Amino acid sequence: MADRFIPPDSQTLGGKDAGCVVFIDRQLAGGYGRREGLYVRGPFEKGAKSQGQQSSQTLRELYRTGLASLEQYCRSGKAGRSFAQLTAEQQDEILHGLEDSSVQLEGAESSTFFEQVLKDVQQGFFADPIYGGNHEMCSWKMIGFPGARYDYSDWVGRHNERYPFPPVSIAGRDDWTPHKG
Amino acid sequence: MARKLPHKDVVIVGLGWTGSIAAYELADAGLDVVAIERGPWRDTATDYAPNFAQDELRYRIRHELFLRPDQTTFTFRNKMSDTALPIRTWGAFMPPNGVGGGGVHWNGETWRFLPSDFVLRTHLIQRYGARFLPQDMTIQDWGVTYEELEAHYDRFEYLCGISGTAGNLQGRIQPGGNPFEGPRSRPYPNPAQQQPFSHALFAKAAQELGYKPFPQPSGNMSKAYRNPLGVRLGPCTYCGFCEWFGCANYSKSSPQTTILPVLVRKPNFQARDNSEVTRINTDPDGKRATGVTFVDTRGEEWEQPADLVILAAYTIFNVQLLLLSGIGAPYDPIANRGVIGRNFTHQTISDVTSFFDKSRFVFNPFIASGAIGMCIDEFNGDNFDHGPHGFVGGGYMGQVQTNGRPIETTPVPPGTPRWGAKWKQAVRDNYLSALKPGTGVHGSMYSYRDVYVDLDPVYRDRLNRPLLRITMDFHDNELKQNLFLTDKFAEIFRAMGAQQVVKEYRKAPYDITKYQTTHLCGGAVMGEDPRTSALNRYLQSWDVPNLFVLGASAFPQNAGYNPTGTVAALAYWSLEAIRNRYLKEPGPLVHA
Repeated sequence: MADRFIPPDSQTLGGKDAGCVVFIDRQLAGGYGRREGLYVRGPFEKGAKSQGQQSSQTLRELYRTGLASLEQYCRSGKAGRSFAQLTAEQQDEILHGLEDSSVQLEGAESSTFFEQVLKDVQQGFFADPIYGGNHEMCSWKMIGFPGARYDYSDWVGRHNERYPFPPVSIAGRDDWTPHKG
Repeated sequence: MARKLPHKDVVIVGLGWTGSIAAYELADAGLDVVAIERGPWRDTATDYAPNFAQDELRYRIRHELFLRPDQTTFTFRNKMSDTALPIRTWGAFMPPNGVGGGGVHWNGETWRFLPSDFVLRTHLIQRYGARFLPQDMTIQDWGVTYEELEAHYDRFEYLCGISGTAGNLQGRIQPGGNPFEGPRSRPYPNPAQQQPFSHALFAKAAQELGYKPFPQPSGNMSKAYRNPLGVRLGPCTYCGFCEWFGCANYSKSSPQTTILPVLVRKPNFQARDNSEVTRINTDPDGKRATGVTFVDTRGEEWEQPADLVILAAYTIFNVQLLLLSGIGAPYDPIANRGVIGRNFTHQTISDVTSFFDKSRFVFNPFIASGAIGMCIDEFNGDNFDHGPHGFVGGGYMGQVQTNGRPIETTPVPPGTPRWGAKWKQAVRDNYLSALKPGTGVHGSMYSYRDVYVDLDPVYRDRLNRPLLRITMDFHDNELKQNLFLTDKFAEIFRAMGAQQVVKEYRKAPYDITKYQTTHLCGGAVMGEDPRTSALNRYLQSWDVPNLFVLGASAFPQNAGYNPTGTVAALAYWSLEAIRNRYLKEPGPLVHA
């Protein structure tokens, strides 16, 4: 899914090689996956859209049910194959189906699951590489974001001029580390 | 049974901007002061140091510096006939937590309200007649005037080292400033910040359209500054990690960078962090506060007796504590009686996203500060004739873009798919040449009979207290205002040379998941009449004279500006009355 949301191209890695899946695994293993700090007391009622998400499910649960149920959907569908074995076109068709709820998943609201994965993949792609995605700051190089720099005093007055320096992560930059021979 | 602590002269609830101001003033007057803060102690070096402060995921997306909803949250509904449900994760506003309060994560946009904002009801009726106002609109005069607050605005601006260009010096209009502002006694303490490309381009286009653009008054230092307390701030580096973040450079005005370094060295001041006040205690007839009760991190209860209680929490928590303590009559919208919870407001924000030719425009959106920007004020408050438009209120508008952080700020033109190769290409093509001001149109929200807060009948917090229930929706007046302002705003981006301009009007229903600002206002408002206000003009409780309630909870309605300047000016105004009058003769400062 990560590679369909952010497909690889000649200049920039796709979601998978950028580490978005590693990012999501780590996030789900931590407080985010457990909804730590959020208000999780009942009663749980489905409200209006303007009242926000009211699910009692943790994000770990949403991913586990969503992924299992997507897999089941693919295997029992016309191609009879795992999501990973489908062609890119077939995968996109299913993802569009989740997005507009025309594909229904067992035990998970398909659009909720879809929106969650899309959000997490994109966040993993753009977040600092210390979280496991954005491998070698590939997304920042793609758009021209200099990352965790902290001083543009010399640049604020230079109008309509492209900022020339490469991005830096909180953990530094590859060429800060001396390479062997 | 709560354990009783030794008596203090003053107990302050909350150690954000107003708590710090109050603590300093009262400790300076020689009183024995304790401030009790729900959240942790926060310092630059430990909580947002320059080697890790620029982390979008941690601070912006995962809300590192904010209150956690599992500590306490609110329930929300649009209409009185709906069932309110809990806010499970923050959306429309971000309640602060910890020492420094909202002063840690704010942008530093430090405005003064217009002189007419303080006498709003009188002013509008005089100009347009009472029938021009919607019937259920409950706007009021504040009971204090701009002229009375001027010295206190000035004091806060000099405390903070605000960077800006005066527009009205003692009645004389100044070039390059905001010509609509009330007269100020002296210039800003610091010159305006340098403006990045897109902000300067906005000003040029606005000027060509006949407006008078000016730099947004900014709590980000244009140069090094030493404030009247002797505390030093460093120059802003335009890092683009300001709003939602603490400033690692000591360049953003906050209690930590302006007051606390002096306050914590005063022997007659004490702070207790990680301690949540659960109740203001009163004597049996409810006419006098005897102190507060708080719980520590173990859940153990403590009583802090004091002669004077200063409630200085975030807007909505001030209201909640009053309701939970049984101080003041709770507001009843049906009977239209009671004051606690009444005239609750937020803001009417909208935005315009615009896309420019990438071969001609490179904006470097990551070069910015929190309160950077060029604004116009032609459509704020009553700066224009509302007669032909059929609404009241307004807002400033400007290119006030604070960042190019990529999780949040990678706009793509309309019609682009939300994911896939075309989305990726559009992100690549537009990042450096698209503009997204964020809170570009910063409109007022006036008060209404059916917009209020009370205690929720169902949901409770970790201490088993009822959550506060918000009932809020947009009314036609604000939607009309927003339509008018957003259209005007978009014209300026077209004049800047944008190829595509996308207007994102604010629409009903009010949506608790969509961030606007953290400017919740009202609920314990100040005024001249105890039947329609909780506090007198000095922010003193009408019911309990040794209780003062500081903060935007006192605003009878919200104006089209960021509130912090006015919140702080009111705090200084109130503290002046306490020091000069109340301490000499404790009792009501106004007789109803």
